[in-house]
Amino acid sequence: MEIGPNLVLAVLEGALAAAVLTLTAVGLSLVFGVMRVVNVAHGQFFMLGAVLAWTVAHYVGVNPTVGFVAALLVAPLLVGSLAVAADVLVLKRIEYDPENTIVATIGMLYIIQQAALMRFGPDARPVEAPFNHRIAIPWFEYTDKGFSLYWPWGLGTTSYKLAVIGFAILILIALWLFLSRTRAGLIMRATQQDREIAQAFGMPVGRVNALVFGLGAGLAALGAVLIVPIRQAHYLMGDEPLLLSFIVVIIGGLGSLAGTVVAAILIGMSDSIISIFFSPTLAKVVSTLLVAFVLIFRPQGLFGKRA
Amino acid sequence: MTMSDRKPKLETRRSVLGKMGMGAAATAGLTALPGFVRYSQAASSEPIKIGFQIHRTGIGSSYGRWYGRTTEAAAKLINAAGGINGRPVQIVAEDDGTDPKRGAEVVEKLATEHKCDVAFGTLFSHVVIGSAPRAGELKIPYFVVSEGHHVASGMLNRYTLQPGITDVKSQVQAMAPFVASNLGKKVTMIYPDFAFGHDHRDYFSAAIEKQGGEVVAKIAIPPVETSFTKYFPKIPRSTEVVYHVMVGPAVLTFVKELGEFFGSSAPHLFGFIDSLEAVDITSPGLEFLDGSYFWEGNPRYAQKDQTSYDKVYREAVGVDANGASVSDPKDVSTYAHMFGCWETLYTIKAGMEACNYQGVGDRQKLIEAVEAMTAMPASNEHPQGAKLFNGKTHQVFGHQYISKLTDKKLVVAHTTSIEDTFYPDEVDYTKMSF
Amino acid sequence: MAASMKSLVLHAGVVALILALQFVLPEYHHGILARTLVLAIFAMSYNLTFGYTGLLSLGHALFFAAGMYGMGLGVVHLGLPSLAAVVFGVVCAGFVAAVIGFLALRTAGVALMIVTLMFAQAGWYLILYFGKWTRGDEGFVIAREHRQILGIDLADSNARYVVAALVFGAVLIAMLKLVESRFGKVLVAIRENDERARMLGYDVSAYKLGAMVLSGAMAGLAGAAYGIMFGYVGATFASVQYSILPLLWVLLGGAGTVLGPLVGTLFMTYLIDKLSEYTHAYMLFAGLILVLLTLFARQGIMGEVRRRIVSWLP
Repeated sequence: MEIGPNLVLAVLEGALAAAVLTLTAVGLSLVFGVMRVVNVAHGQFFMLGAVLAWTVAHYVGVNPTVGFVAALLVAPLLVGSLAVAADVLVLKRIEYDPENTIVATIGMLYIIQQAALMRFGPDARPVEAPFNHRIAIPWFEYTDKGFSLYWPWGLGTTSYKLAVIGFAILILIALWLFLSRTRAGLIMRATQQDREIAQAFGMPVGRVNALVFGLGAGLAALGAVLIVPIRQAHYLMGDEPLLLSFIVVIIGGLGSLAGTVVAAILIGMSDSIISIFFSPTLAKVVSTLLVAFVLIFRPQGLFGKRA
Repeated sequence: MTMSDRKPKLETRRSVLGKMGMGAAATAGLTALPGFVRYSQAASSEPIKIGFQIHRTGIGSSYGRWYGRTTEAAAKLINAAGGINGRPVQIVAEDDGTDPKRGAEVVEKLATEHKCDVAFGTLFSHVVIGSAPRAGELKIPYFVVSEGHHVASGMLNRYTLQPGITDVKSQVQAMAPFVASNLGKKVTMIYPDFAFGHDHRDYFSAAIEKQGGEVVAKIAIPPVETSFTKYFPKIPRSTEVVYHVMVGPAVLTFVKELGEFFGSSAPHLFGFIDSLEAVDITSPGLEFLDGSYFWEGNPRYAQKDQTSYDKVYREAVGVDANGASVSDPKDVSTYAHMFGCWETLYTIKAGMEACNYQGVGDRQKLIEAVEAMTAMPASNEHPQGAKLFNGKTHQVFGHQYISKLTDKKLVVAHTTSIEDTFYPDEVDYTKMSF
Repeated sequence: MAASMKSLVLHAGVVALILALQFVLPEYHHGILARTLVLAIFAMSYNLTFGYTGLLSLGHALFFAAGMYGMGLGVVHLGLPSLAAVVFGVVCAGFVAAVIGFLALRTAGVALMIVTLMFAQAGWYLILYFGKWTRGDEGFVIAREHRQILGIDLADSNARYVVAALVFGAVLIAMLKLVESRFGKVLVAIRENDERARMLGYDVSAYKLGAMVLSGAMAGLAGAAYGIMFGYVGATFASVQYSILPLLWVLLGGAGTVLGPLVGTLFMTYLIDKLSEYTHAYMLFAGLILVLLTLFARQGIMGEVRRRIVSWLP
């Protein structure tokens, strides 16, 4: 494929990856920023969203649109509630001690993954998108007749992929409005900035933690429900989002949601674009090292504050 | 203190249970747990223990599940017919998590703790290679059901054999003549950037060049990749055939995105059914595969000329004419691979009967008996088709099937001869000492 | 008895016990224990950077793999004799740790975590990329004739057990001495408050780098030993899983204690082994037990022992 159309395709695919990554990473960013804990089980909440989406769609049955909408509403709520329970039962009791949280969340990872294997099974299962039409994209070429449109072989996207990108943007705007315009959002931001002062002001820090943990998990699950018609649900699918979310949150800068969003877009896009120029595995090496060197020269991340 | 006393397995478990304060009632309860070892009822003498290294968790778990069902079905049938040398067969299964480190530990456990006569069942290549050295050290016959070329390449040891399933080298090179004469001579290959994928790349490139064809592009997808559209622009316009063999949970995405990329102007497609094992071909998004061709290790859909052997096999394992579970038509089996377990178990039986196997002292005789095997005709014991075993390379050769997806069913369009799949020997294990 | 004498006797005693156990244990446990002892060396290397220096690295799989592949490629492609190959592996790992340390230690905390993780991931991809020599994910076998060191056949399970126990013992005692030395105490000071250590005049960067290089070489020793003793070299050992496992073993066993890594590694290995005998869902129970441990053994097993019973435990 010529470079022009190839770039267009890479940007579209990158935008899709970035959209889902943003939702997942923002969830982690909230948890990390407000609670200052490393949640190794975050990827499993993502996976649960996808698995529950399949389950709901399967039981609601006939019409894929109804099934999908039901999944969109039910799965994030269920996953969020599970996360709240995990916070209250375990994380609170270990007082969010950093090292013990790592071990406890590794334990949660094993539990959730094995439970998914037992109930959902080892196969990858598809969920039908509510709508999906292939959209061919034209490109320009300069001939002696001047600029003209043509349809390059293979350049296209689908209506559903575009919808996911749009929906993710809407969710992010809603989240931003929630955090900046509501009282609950204000309490969350205050707790993130300075926990002790927030407590001194009488803010229910404990409840905030549980809610933030639930919200973070719910957002990851939401991202998963959106992506599951494109990529299937599988019980091991939580491992990669975990890695990527962490990278995004830290590159963006701890405590900065804007940073997380920007980093998610950059990382989602760069993976796609770099693979135009290199052989696939080499492209992965390049993207990975790029992340490392960004942090070496700017350890606080893009928007973080220098310690 | 005396030298290590080898307690029989049952006594050790009883003492452990005793320490935990559980009584006989708990023992009975434990036998109800899945995976607990069961004695067969057929004969009253000491059972022959066949250790089964199963991928119950991890990336191979889709296959592991069906390997388990097929193994159970074969063992049940063998025992109903009197067992091996008058003794019942007992399958002792251990999960290796599709991990090479754990695999070696499982071989150890099966051999030294469970005191199995032989071990078998491993599928994923990296687990086979990680586990085989230990099998060699422990001198336990290790029958892998892997499709990998590692056994025949000489990398492993005299205790490792693959008599139940053909290897990737023979499969791939047998495809080239059909592809070149029916689909096209300019091929783009898409494969995982794994050793398994590299085997496809290397063997098929050589084979298609012999047919006057050419591989115009080789696209190696990194492992654990979940989105593939960004790689498809690398497919050159001149491509006549796209040869694809993707494995792993993302294959459905791969196939769907391939369809979305090409729309209606796709080149010919030739894929390996590995991409769709355990996946329902009628799933939404796979419509564009209609009319394309697949290698099948064993035809998933019962064909017009279905043999009685295939009927018996399907009934025993619990699989319908569409290759799905009789209790759940959406639960599609890994039909192209799992027959390997059935045929391997029957090969073990034949070997043990040929050398009158009595116990672990006869393990070397068993290996020699299997090495002496040659032709294995199609039968209830070999439902996939006739085979030819090469005792020197420890690898079996058989027919390969090429099917066309027609009206949502896979219909066999071509069956290769066994000779089509031959390649020169790379090792002679029989010359190695035990 | 002076505290350091008590420690030496205790640790030497543990090694002696391990050596004595081979006469009592059934054959199956010889194998499991030999593997666990080598992996405990890996855990100890991780303890050096994490438990004692306070550096949270998520890239130690890279050092383990560097040792393993250094040895493996040395034997298969360079034709090195076995002992030389193991040494070569250790040197490779140390070198890699020096380079990574030089770059990564410019960051700290969570940034360090990600940087080390990224380098380890890049390493894993490179092993796959150079599959022509490394055979990628499948890996390759070290033939029996290349697994003889100083006349000892490492494929023999009894000899292997003794070798594993002796190498482990040597590293254990070395760790003990290191931890009690001035170098070790400075590392602990850096862990507790690196600004203060700097103000006291210690070259904190040099100490951190030193800890990283030593840790990397130790991890490389574990990797090379594992490869040559068990006959297999593969990319699985360079994957993220092998960066998370030593962290888990150290935290479980007790970070910042010398015996902790051994205890943690033994605990997880036997937990999974025993649980898998009773149920297919053994990982679920393993997860439950991990959660319970964080609730009831906050400092890890040996950490709790040190806190409640044996306060002089190093």
